[in-house]
Amino acid sequence: MSDNHSAEAANLLEVRGLTKIFGTLKACDNIDLTVGKGQIHALLGENGAGKSTLVKMLFGSLEPNSGEIRWNGEPVRISNPHMARKLGIGMVFQHFSLFDALTAAENIALSLDDNTPIATIAAKAKALSFSYGLPLDPYSLVGDLSVGERQRIEIIRCLLQTPDLIILDEPTSVLTPQEADKLFETLERLRLEGKSILYISHRLEEVKRICDAATVLRHGKVVGHCTPRNETASSLARMMVGSEVLTVVREPAEGMDKARTLLEVRSLSRKPATPFSIPLHNISLNVRAGEIIGIAGVAGNGQGEFFEAVSGEVLQADANTVRIRDKDATRLSITGRRKLGAAFVPEERLGHGAAPRMRLSENLLLSRHATDAKAFLGAGGIVRDKAIAAASQRIIQAMDVRKSGPDPEAAALSGGNLQKFIIGRELDRQPAVMVVNQPTWGVDAGAAAHIRQALIELARKGSAVLVISQDLDELFEISDLIAVMHNGELSKPIPIAEATLEKIGLLMGGAEPGHVEVTEAEVA
Amino acid sequence: MRIELVKRPQQSALYSALSPFIALALTLIAGAIMFSLLGKNPLDALYYYFVDPLREMWSLHELAIKAAPLILIAVGLSICFLSNNWNIGAEGQFIIGAITGSILPVMYPDLQSWIILPLMLIMGVIGGAAYGFIPALLKTRFNTNEILTSLMLVYVAQLFLDWLVRGPWRNPQGMNFPETRNFHQYAILPEIWPSMGRANWGFVFALVAALVAWFMLSRMLKGFEVKVLGQSPRAGRFGGFSASRMVIFAFLVSGGLAGLAGISEVSGAIGQLRPTISPGYGFAAIIVAFLGRLNPLGIIAAGLVLALSYLGGEAAQISIGVSDKVVRAFQGMLLFFVLGCDTLIHYRVRFVGSTAHKAEVSHGNA
Repeated sequence: MSDNHSAEAANLLEVRGLTKIFGTLKACDNIDLTVGKGQIHALLGENGAGKSTLVKMLFGSLEPNSGEIRWNGEPVRISNPHMARKLGIGMVFQHFSLFDALTAAENIALSLDDNTPIATIAAKAKALSFSYGLPLDPYSLVGDLSVGERQRIEIIRCLLQTPDLIILDEPTSVLTPQEADKLFETLERLRLEGKSILYISHRLEEVKRICDAATVLRHGKVVGHCTPRNETASSLARMMVGSEVLTVVREPAEGMDKARTLLEVRSLSRKPATPFSIPLHNISLNVRAGEIIGIAGVAGNGQGEFFEAVSGEVLQADANTVRIRDKDATRLSITGRRKLGAAFVPEERLGHGAAPRMRLSENLLLSRHATDAKAFLGAGGIVRDKAIAAASQRIIQAMDVRKSGPDPEAAALSGGNLQKFIIGRELDRQPAVMVVNQPTWGVDAGAAAHIRQALIELARKGSAVLVISQDLDELFEISDLIAVMHNGELSKPIPIAEATLEKIGLLMGGAEPGHVEVTEAEVA
Repeated sequence: MRIELVKRPQQSALYSALSPFIALALTLIAGAIMFSLLGKNPLDALYYYFVDPLREMWSLHELAIKAAPLILIAVGLSICFLSNNWNIGAEGQFIIGAITGSILPVMYPDLQSWIILPLMLIMGVIGGAAYGFIPALLKTRFNTNEILTSLMLVYVAQLFLDWLVRGPWRNPQGMNFPETRNFHQYAILPEIWPSMGRANWGFVFALVAALVAWFMLSRMLKGFEVKVLGQSPRAGRFGGFSASRMVIFAFLVSGGLAGLAGISEVSGAIGQLRPTISPGYGFAAIIVAFLGRLNPLGIIAAGLVLALSYLGGEAAQISIGVSDKVVRAFQGMLLFFVLGCDTLIHYRVRFVGSTAHKAEVSHGNA
């Protein structure tokens, strides 16, 4: 390759032997990567495979321990993001860095180095956004925008600096299927203009659809380069995971109509707690014994607020809005609701579901000190360490939690293993009602399959399970019914047999199919 | 150039354990430098300051007298600080505890019975706790910053005491001196071992409080609740613990213990109320709490160290003629080094700016 100068000229970015070591962990080990001009190149890998570390080195936020980066054939050292931008590398992060209280144009101005007046920036941004099919009002407040629109600001902000290489980190994880389609059109246009795109994802279907080439990472190493169009989703998955991925088995639930409702939410409304949180409008939902109801929706549409209201972390003013096992739980705290047989798993693992600096056994006590008081506490509230240690060993074995040391701090576990522990902590109680927010967010495929199977088994044993997730594939895999949350409202649950990706996608975007049909009929 | 603190991925367990000792050593070195700048022989000065007071039994008793309030207050503060409540007003709670505890012997001197002393102690605890309840209530109801409110209430308490002893509570037979009448025999906290020295039961209270708090923090659900809410409030709420109830609990406990320290000091060591009843115990106890790593057993040791700094200050004043303000300087240096060591265990210092620039320039040339 190095002898062939014409080939080198066609390559925008070449990475050779790039290595990054954190302590004893090789986050990136001898990575090779070549991105051609006008190419959409996928970077595939599970969580923790080293994708983020790699792109952070390309964008100058991290410095490699060894290895070489060549830009247009020239070796470069990218020591900070400012330099990366000067070279022509732009990045759209997975987690946006936008100020809610400022307008889109003001947010863009903040990232530019010169003192261009806001009006000029706004005009430029508007023109750019329309020409790429990403319409955006530059004077709208970020706080009022949907997640998809916020992502547009990030993309426009990146494009304004006319980069040659755009790095997109999991861009579709916050989009509805329809919004994602739009984004793909934009990416196609950018490719036609000769721009290169490094596309990070673990969604295989979309990689197959839009990417010209792919580099697959596993445990910090490159395990293969391939052309995604010539691969199948399962062959890509095998490369990513390194072994056959467990498929989740879901037997159809029977006799559901007669089953008893275990969790009932009746016209739940909630005012926004902060100026930028989502109010909930009149949410009603019944979850019966033996079934899993999935709640789909783009992040930030009220899922977190809904979870807090159902779990009892925040209490409702009106009586009878939450009923657990036929008892009014509205005025009960989270402890009271747990005692009625409910269990909860929040979205955030560290700092919400678990205290990061506490040991696993202490984190077991965190959510079960009231329900298992007899087993875990002695007279006068003395903690019984032995009983708790035994129970936490039981959970660790049942869920196959991998860890260093007998009882490590929660923060020392990988995301997937901690999530297995947190889910296992609740499953171990055999709860009658289980409410889970984002069960497998940021969890590797093996652990995700394990968690999903465990949730299905819990339901088949007669519990009511409510799963809130942004991952549609996951919901289609495990749910009996899917409802969609949009802007603080919840659609009617659709039985899985009738649910299609398109239907759910439309609801996620805010359409009400029933409503549309009526108006069409009226017009006809 | 800019100096940045970068979080270390993991903290050295060895240095965490050594940190109070390193801080003590650094304080001694800095103290030696200070003494030589004052024109004194540093070794002599340090000897009179830190060794001489430990050589006689009576002065060990004096050490216990000084250590008792420091330990009592610091034990309460450790519960506050562990639960992320920053009570800086223990000095005020100490004073109010001393005042409420003194109501019986000052206003009803004719009530003389063995029941008086226990009542005084209880009233001292209640007074301190009630005074601590004010910043707690303000924090939970109005979201005020407890650091400011608790600190400001210290000055209110100091001026209130000053007014009391000069005005309504002034001793009628006291030649117009600003002090209350002397407490009668039933209102005096007895000495533990009168033949050996003056140390009173306040020191025993301090040891008992430390042991009880240690047991609660390490073995009981309540202690778990304190730590969870302090480290990770959202996880604590998820666990079903109430953050606002914890604010009130922490302030009531620390206020109550400070109040007990106050009434023990007045009824044990002083025997009456005066315009000033504390050489800053409430503030020094903050140093004690951190020097003891917020662990009640560590606090016992740390309390003795700080008590030594008070005794040493008095001794050094007499024997080598340095100002009593040296005590404050020592305590300040000790807190500075303790916090400094702890910070450097969690963070490392990085200098940025000039080097990053150079890299960019060199690349520009290449």
